Amino acid sequence: MDQRHRVQRAVSDPKVRQVGFFAPNPNPISDFPSRSSPPLAGSPSNATSSSPVIIIPPPPPPAARNHPALSHLVVGSYDAASESLLGSSSRLPSSPPYSARGFVVDGEFSEESWPQRSNSAKFASSFPSGGFNLTAARAVITPEGDASPAVISANEKNEVSAVEAKNERTESSKPEKAKLTKSERRALQESQRAAKAAAKGEGNKPSAGAAPCGPGKASKQPAQKKDTASAAPSSALLERKGSDRLPEKDRKKDVPAPRMQFDDKSRVEKAKRRAVVNQTEARNRVELFRHLPQYEHGTQLPDLESKFFQLDPMHSAVYKVGLQYLSGELTGGNARCIAMLQAFQEAIKDYVTPPEKTLSRDLTARVSSYVSFLNECRPLSISMGNAIRFVKNRIAKMQITLSESEAKASICSDIDRFISEKIILADQVIVKHAATKIRDGDVLLTYGTSCVVEMILLHAHEVGKKFRVVVVDSRPKLEGQRLLRRLVTKGLSCTYTHINGVSYIMHEVSKVFLGAASVLSNGTVYSRVGTASVAMVASSFRVPVLICCEAYKFHERVQLDSICFNELGDPDAVSKVYGRLDVNYLDDWGNKENLQLLNLMYDVTPSDYVSMILTDYGMVPPTSVPVIVREYRKDQLWM
Amino acid sequence: MWRRSASFILDRDDTAVDSLTTITSLSPPPATHSTSSMTNPNSNPNPAPVSAYYQTRAAHHGVVNSNWLAQAQSAVAAPLVSPDRPAPQAGGNGGGGCFSVIEVFNEWRKQPDLAEAVAAIRALAAVIRNSGATTMMELEIELKKGSDCLKSWDTTSISLTAGCDLFMRYVTRTSALEYEDFNSAKSRLIERAEKFGEISQKARRIIAMLSQDFIFDGCTILVHGFSRVVLEVLRVASQNKKLFRVFCTEGRPDRTGLLLANELAKLDVPVKLLIDSAMAYVMDEVDMVLVGADGVVESGGIINMMGTYQIAVVAHSMNKPVYVAAESYKFARLYPLDQKDMAPALRPIDFGVPIPTRVEVETSARDYTPPQYLTLLFTDLGVLTPSVVSDELIQLYL
Repeated sequence: MDQRHRVQRAVSDPKVRQVGFFAPNPNPISDFPSRSSPPLAGSPSNATSSSPVIIIPPPPPPAARNHPALSHLVVGSYDAASESLLGSSSRLPSSPPYSARGFVVDGEFSEESWPQRSNSAKFASSFPSGGFNLTAARAVITPEGDASPAVISANEKNEVSAVEAKNERTESSKPEKAKLTKSERRALQESQRAAKAAAKGEGNKPSAGAAPCGPGKASKQPAQKKDTASAAPSSALLERKGSDRLPEKDRKKDVPAPRMQFDDKSRVEKAKRRAVVNQTEARNRVELFRHLPQYEHGTQLPDLESKFFQLDPMHSAVYKVGLQYLSGELTGGNARCIAMLQAFQEAIKDYVTPPEKTLSRDLTARVSSYVSFLNECRPLSISMGNAIRFVKNRIAKMQITLSESEAKASICSDIDRFISEKIILADQVIVKHAATKIRDGDVLLTYGTSCVVEMILLHAHEVGKKFRVVVVDSRPKLEGQRLLRRLVTKGLSCTYTHINGVSYIMHEVSKVFLGAASVLSNGTVYSRVGTASVAMVASSFRVPVLICCEAYKFHERVQLDSICFNELGDPDAVSKVYGRLDVNYLDDWGNKENLQLLNLMYDVTPSDYVSMILTDYGMVPPTSVPVIVREYRKDQLWM
Repeated sequence: MWRRSASFILDRDDTAVDSLTTITSLSPPPATHSTSSMTNPNSNPNPAPVSAYYQTRAAHHGVVNSNWLAQAQSAVAAPLVSPDRPAPQAGGNGGGGCFSVIEVFNEWRKQPDLAEAVAAIRALAAVIRNSGATTMMELEIELKKGSDCLKSWDTTSISLTAGCDLFMRYVTRTSALEYEDFNSAKSRLIERAEKFGEISQKARRIIAMLSQDFIFDGCTILVHGFSRVVLEVLRVASQNKKLFRVFCTEGRPDRTGLLLANELAKLDVPVKLLIDSAMAYVMDEVDMVLVGADGVVESGGIINMMGTYQIAVVAHSMNKPVYVAAESYKFARLYPLDQKDMAPALRPIDFGVPIPTRVEVETSARDYTPPQYLTLLFTDLGVLTPSVVSDELIQLYL
């Protein structure tokens, strides 16, 4: 048990170098888990090489493809892509294969291909070269912010994926440490599975059922990247393309990864050509946030409205929801998510499978195109991403024997069930739990508008608890006023203040209730910008901070700052105060070269400031979020 | 009631009236009016000024001279409610099943070595034995009634609640039960309940073994109050010929520390007794703090005898590890946010001199130690960090 103690400590030690692709052992030679397994050791792979820089040998001729260890290699490292990148990124002192491997995991960032994430993360982690030096890579990026775009994006993805890999590690490390033979067995199993799948892909007839877990999709993303990275196609590259080429059509419909890096010019160009919405990008963006999409406000809406009657690929319901997102009419995580799901339902009801296609494949592609449209209207929230995952998974797992109408009905009822169980019922459970925490004489503070918090307050008031509410609000959205209005009409006694006054008001507050857009796996709360400051002030006043968030919004990602993933709002909203003509100092300055306006939509609250997360599984500490994600995501989303 | 800001002058008027009505001569419960907002609104049939849990403890570890009870009894205007008293009342509104549950529970509770959770589970086993149910569903409903009855009988005992929940969980969760015929399922449940006592005994041994790695030769251990698990840990350590000394706090008001010191002296362990307020004074010399727990809550914090929180805070500020020894059946689905966010467990305090009636006395018997002040928990599931408690609870109950 002492050992267990030590293990715990080791994990909690902040070791930046370990964040990257995790190798089970720092010393690759001595006891790399799969070293003794015959197929790996026998293969020409350099997996056991002690050199920190792996030079991946050219892949074997197609005849050898069935060899498990070889295909393991192929799946685990998109060596071709990495080599091509090597050419363009010679500026990077850190070893290129790592940055290339960033691409591997990046492919999985698109919402659809979640199930394979664990696979290739494991592959990546089974490489002996453990410490991808994050800090070194960063140090390179920061001084030359506008170096070649490919390099930057690679690194940024690397960071995110590195974090994912770490996440993975926490799950997988235990058994690996306990038993070496087990990990060996697993590695072998994975490689065999991959080999089988690769063989299937070669035959160019991927079965519908295997679609989400075959390597075909995984290869799609890197294939695209290869186009953009544009380097000399090595023999390996050609080989790869030949092995699992996808129908041209499918590739076109492929969603751009939600976390597309918008400072990657070539990719942005490509995405633009596909886009339904024509939008002009804002010219003057803040340096640190160039990877996030930002458009000139007001350019999209008229364009889209004019296109309304020539909606070619889009269903009208989806179109409507998209427009509502764009105009800002529909806000709030739950409302957006429900609207989207209902639009999907409409679309699915009207869907007719084209001849010579299977429902599950074609509908998935269709949904993907809807998603990419909605994403263009407004970047998807994490909760929507989870819901989309659910829908796609239901479609993909649809029994092939069902008739079309049955299949459609079952998907629609699944969506209904999702809405009622995961959102509406979850809210009720949260309200019930929260009510036990409100005592007479409490002063509750809330920030912005969260529909769950509103329900909690109203419920507690109906039950007859005597408490007061402090609504804290901030420019430019002033969402709190909406909440305030509803609370005051229901007869609650309220105080309204702006976030500037939060430290003044905090000393009379007894609890802080906050909503969240998402709770990430390290307990970090991703929420409306300003939440972090409120939570910080509250915790320094030792006022408990309760985050109310439905479990479907939990995400297994880890985020340490609010820079790498966020949403940018209209910069004009910050510089102008509507209705105040005298505040006009910045009126025509929007395009000045040396003025950059930043209107962030979300921020990240570290888990230290959070006392409790109220969710549909009860009241849990922020440290338990990964447990809920792990335990329930699997059986409820992926049945 | 103390308020943070002057703007709550208005509130104070209300609460003043409130507390006047609830006031008793010796123990004006400061948080009584907030009991209604606690997790169990269909309230305790016995709003006892003394927590039944601590009464039992006092009866088991009768180191305190019995006159404080007598004194308290005479001081309290309303006669002290004995543990058996509320049973008929509860039986009156809860039906016949209720009556027997609490009787049986009290019978079991009298055994000094039996944990309260075990007694609760034995009592529930008695419910199964006596039930005339013919289907699993009926039995479940009867059990539910019984456990609710037990829980509401003593809302202050965390391990009682946790034990009931745990057993209910077993009944509703075990899928094997569904496929058996009713009688064998029933006997299996009873068997399980009987075994639970052994499990709890075994848990203590496991904890004692696990914690041996942490007790090194020459270390000084600060303990607070009396805990059977802590005693077991120290006993095993002394049997293993470890050389260590123990600082025992006095453990006011029931002086449970004296009892522990007694027991340790029998084992030839060097013991030093301290008054409760000397803990910061001796903390420099202390290598680790070892405490038991009444309950381990979902945040990973513990609810334990009054004074644990301050020991933990002092130890934390001096960078001393704080270890908690607790069996896993003490894990409760509670999540207190602060000290007042719990069902108050009260007990009278003997100050030796008469206290003027206008002086309030803080009679709460326990406090909540937040997880950030704890280093590790020794449980029969292993040595856990506080954050793992919630993970275990989630896996157990959801």
